[in-house]
Amino acid sequence: MNFSEVFKQSNQLCKVSPDGKYLATCVQYRLVIRDVNTLQILNLYTCLDQISHMEWSSDSLFILCAMYKRALVQVWSLEQPDWHCKIDEGSIGLVSSRWSPDGRHILNTTEFHLRITVWSLCTKAVSYIKYPKACQKGLDFSRDGCYMALAERRDCKDYVSIFVCDDWHLLRHFETETQDLSGLEWSPNGCVLAVWESCLEYKMSLYSLDGRLLSTYSAYEWSLGIKSVSWSPSSQFLAIGSFDEKVRILNHITWKKIAQFEHPAIIDNTKTVYKEIEKRPAVSSDEMSLHDITVASSLFSTQSKYDISPLPVQIPVVKPDPDRANPKIGVSALAFSSDSRYIATKNGGFQVHSLNWHCSGDSLILIGKDQLCLCYMDADQNNE
Amino acid sequence: MSPSRHNNLMSAYSLPSSKSSYSVISAFCTEDNIPQCISYINQELGSLGLAAHIQADPPGRASLNAAPALNAMYELLQIHRRSMNNVEELEKEQLKKTSTLEHMQTSNSRLKDQLELSIREKSGLHETERQLQLKLKTLQSCLKTEKDEVQKLQSIIASRASQYSHDAKRKEREAAKLKERLSQLLVDRKDKKLAIEMLNSVGRSDGKRSHWKTAKATASREAEMYKSLLSDYEASQRALMLENAELQKVLQQMKKEMMHILSPCPPLNRGGSAEESQELGDSDREERSAETSRETLDQSCEHAREQLTNSIRQQWRKLRNHVQKLDNQASLVQNQPPSNAEVIPLETHEHEVERMRLEVQQCKEFIHAQQQLLQQQLNTSFDDETAALLNGCYTLEEKERLKEEWRLFDEQKRNFEKERKNFTEAAIRLGREKRAFEEDRAAWLKHQFLSMTPFADRMRSSSSDGQSALSVKSEPEIRTSSSKAPPVKSSAYTTFSTPKSSKSAAVPSTIDVCRTLRLIPDYSSSRHSNQRRWQESSATEDEESWLKSKSKVCSSDLSIFSLDEDKNPLT
Repeated sequence: MNFSEVFKQSNQLCKVSPDGKYLATCVQYRLVIRDVNTLQILNLYTCLDQISHMEWSSDSLFILCAMYKRALVQVWSLEQPDWHCKIDEGSIGLVSSRWSPDGRHILNTTEFHLRITVWSLCTKAVSYIKYPKACQKGLDFSRDGCYMALAERRDCKDYVSIFVCDDWHLLRHFETETQDLSGLEWSPNGCVLAVWESCLEYKMSLYSLDGRLLSTYSAYEWSLGIKSVSWSPSSQFLAIGSFDEKVRILNHITWKKIAQFEHPAIIDNTKTVYKEIEKRPAVSSDEMSLHDITVASSLFSTQSKYDISPLPVQIPVVKPDPDRANPKIGVSALAFSSDSRYIATKNGGFQVHSLNWHCSGDSLILIGKDQLCLCYMDADQNNE
Repeated sequence: MSPSRHNNLMSAYSLPSSKSSYSVISAFCTEDNIPQCISYINQELGSLGLAAHIQADPPGRASLNAAPALNAMYELLQIHRRSMNNVEELEKEQLKKTSTLEHMQTSNSRLKDQLELSIREKSGLHETERQLQLKLKTLQSCLKTEKDEVQKLQSIIASRASQYSHDAKRKEREAAKLKERLSQLLVDRKDKKLAIEMLNSVGRSDGKRSHWKTAKATASREAEMYKSLLSDYEASQRALMLENAELQKVLQQMKKEMMHILSPCPPLNRGGSAEESQELGDSDREERSAETSRETLDQSCEHAREQLTNSIRQQWRKLRNHVQKLDNQASLVQNQPPSNAEVIPLETHEHEVERMRLEVQQCKEFIHAQQQLLQQQLNTSFDDETAALLNGCYTLEEKERLKEEWRLFDEQKRNFEKERKNFTEAAIRLGREKRAFEEDRAAWLKHQFLSMTPFADRMRSSSSDGQSALSVKSEPEIRTSSSKAPPVKSSAYTTFSTPKSSKSAAVPSTIDVCRTLRLIPDYSSSRHSNQRRWQESSATEDEESWLKSKSKVCSSDLSIFSLDEDKNPLT
């Protein structure tokens, strides 16, 4: 494996374009576009302030750079480097900014979630969406880019609005059965919307595209509930990771639990357990299996390799402080492989920021704070 | 009292009576008081119930009437015997009774002990039971308290939750109000307006123009949404139908297989169960016929589905029973001596297996033996001489062949050497003859040239000789082998022996020079090719350069003096 030279970036803003040709990095207030193959700098743009967020449009023609402090969004074009666009939200502030799926509209969420402003790059028109909900994941676009689901809160009640992304026309607006909606996610086929409660109650509600409630699922009461949710790419399964360190899989026909995976402290029943051994005696080593995936946090760059540990394996468990909110227990990250055969989960307080599968479904990348790890699956390993 | 008195009297009197006569019994009866005694005895007899007939025979005398006295005595003896028997019996009974009494007493005492013991145990058990009851009560009370606590906590949680939600709602309303106010203020503020600055508008991503928002458009949106939903449902329904059909197929197959397994059971079972299996078979056949008719109906029919599942269940039950029966039979057979039809197959199976194992063993041994023999063949453990001899035998033929080939090879080599020598000699000769020929040719050309002058007649005759000599010599050239060609040619050209120096001054005519020059390259080329085939001498190179020079001369302007001296290969 060869490595290129190290490039500077700030805020972990470094993204490859959706068509895979360009690499955009942000260094302070500059946006650098490089060619992916040669890493030559193709374009260099200067923004007015330090860039907080950067995103490629879906057709890889435009990049938006958001500066939250100054409530500014600047859009740059790849085809015409002279073209510029600046969106100023004014005094109302800016908390988040994102593209619409067609790559021609920008949705800005103002401070205190007062409203969402939809700016059109085609017509310079502005639309407002009022009362968006400030929650973990209040806005989701369907995978084909046709519909947008937005969580709203009016009069202490939760609503979901479904917009058609072509002309931002409100298709459906319905009240949900949640007390405090915490997130929503479209299924990959765009027909079912999964809506879940905040962690005070375990409740997952499923709504169809036209706003009907299909089913609700609640595994238990009174304890902390849902922590993470993931759909399988075939829309057949919905995986729910909760604070009780279990993953429950629902099927799309009956919306009932068909499988449940646990993360016990002593692993005895999986096939192989990989333990990361670091060549520094002071740091405790972590373990990785096809169910639990963890990465050790290290202060310095160390050499590490993975050994197969003999079963049973004891995972070091850190009991969280019960007095604090948002304890670091439970299944916090889920990822299905692209052929829906495997699911990778992260349990506990280990420092893994993201889990991503390769599109072929054979390898998994774990990104920690300072490290990343690629896991390759053998063709003959079978696991549910 | 009288029998005991009588007994005593009798016992008193029996002892002495055995020893002596009337003199001992003098206390009761003497010769004086006989009649009193007789009357007394009669009285006693009468009181005993016997006939009192004892009389003095002659009245007033001492003798008695023997018969009644004897009778009386006999009866008294009878009575005595009877009473003795009674006494015996009574004594026996008394013994028995005392023994039973003793036995009863011992058992009584034992039972009393046991009773005491059991009473003590009972009291102990009572004690423990009491303690356990106490514990149970305490535990129950604990459980109750815990449950109460749980209830309490739950109610607390519920109340707190409601409290929090109420508070949260209140705060949220406040926040909403604040947000409204804030947005009002911010929107109304004039200093910093929200704006967008763009260099120029960007086209839509799909390149089309945007549409007006009409009711038709909204309706079409709704329609699109429903279409997508419907298509998704249809897809899932299709998938489910396929799955359903597959599962039904599997069930059908299972059913058929189960029926198949169950129906041909009579030959396998023993006599007793054969009837049952017969029945099974009959019922199966009936069912089968009934169901095939039903299978022709639509499979998605609810009724047909239920029928299918019911029949599957039935078949499964039958199969299970059958398997259980087989298991029982197998266990029975294991206990019984093997004389059944079912066991024999097993035995024969085992026999077969044993036989095959033996065969395999034998084959292995055979192979092993062969291997060993082969090894012996290859690795001879004899002494070195014989080993060498043996090795030598194998390679002798090859050696001989090799020697033959070496000999042939040497011969050929020698032949080649000879021929090479010949060729080199021939080449040298050829070279010399070429030189000579050159000289001759030069002379001839000069001659020719000179013959074009008025002195033509004189020259022609000599040239014709030369030509005829050439033609004459060409025949033997063709006839002889090509390897002899050079010497022949060289000999042919020896006639043209002219000094070398004269060549430089040769001045031939134009046309004739060309012709001759062209002719000569032909000859020389054929000779040249022959030479190339048979010789590796440097003469070939000389030939080539000579050819080149000749052609140059031919093609050039026929300046006679261009016959270069330095290109002369013969120097």
